[in-house]
Amino acid sequence: MAHHKLLPRQYLILGLVALSAPLGDACLSRGMTHLPDITLAHPGTLIAAVFTPWIALGIALLIGFFACYLTALSWADLTFVLPATAFGYVIVALLSRFWLHDTISPERWAGIVLITLGVGFVANGPSSTERPALPAVSEEVEEEQLR
Amino acid sequence: MIVSSSAAPTGFWAATAMIAAIVLCSTAGEVLTAAAMKSIGDLDDIRAHSGMKGAIRAVLTCPLFFAGVSFLALAFFSLLFALNHLNLSLVAPASASLTLVTNAIAGKIFLKENVDRRRWASAVLVCIGVYLLAH
Repeated sequence: MAHHKLLPRQYLILGLVALSAPLGDACLSRGMTHLPDITLAHPGTLIAAVFTPWIALGIALLIGFFACYLTALSWADLTFVLPATAFGYVIVALLSRFWLHDTISPERWAGIVLITLGVGFVANGPSSTERPALPAVSEEVEEEQLR
Repeated sequence: MIVSSSAAPTGFWAATAMIAAIVLCSTAGEVLTAAAMKSIGDLDDIRAHSGMKGAIRAVLTCPLFFAGVSFLALAFFSLLFALNHLNLSLVAPASASLTLVTNAIAGKIFLKENVDRRRWASAVLVCIGVYLLAH
């Protein structure tokens, strides 16, 4: 079944994909920088790191990201989902500017504008390639409609 | 400009090979995962029909999904290997942005997706944008 107009629920899934990956990475990064150096001589410390709050939150966010990403791929094309998820970089850059008051260089502003334009381009088009329905599948659908 | 984190600087071709390995493994992984999800069908419908367990079972019993995840794991280890020799500020933006373009090409060839002018333009704009933002 090819959906050309996305439902609000599907936009929500794409939003979660875009947000959860960079936020998950940020949590892992924050968690790891606050830990003492981990060496191969003590691999157990790496296991213990998994149970620290920031890293556990990062892993939970990344598991959520993968589940939402797989769901999005089940109803939209890869060439639709990937550019749309790159919008997460823009959200994180804007959050760091207005919430953490980081400075954003002109090159980064140019990057934000280009990603926004690219996502706008792809979001205005169809989300999935229309394919002829398989005969067996269409029969099933007809049967269900008759019931 | 390639600045190595180790004592001996990494050559141009070695750096290109490392980034190419990440891009190729990650493209193969994304395409196989996308093909797996397309073959399974709309996960929202499956979940509505047979619950969360049914949706998880549908994904975990698909061989293409495991092929995809294996390539994504290979891409991750290639990234770790590259980070041992090259700077993050080169590897992360170069691999993330190049993967967008190779995925558009692979999506058109292998997944037969309708990559029209709009999607090409989007892939190129986002590719340059990610490079500028992550650099």
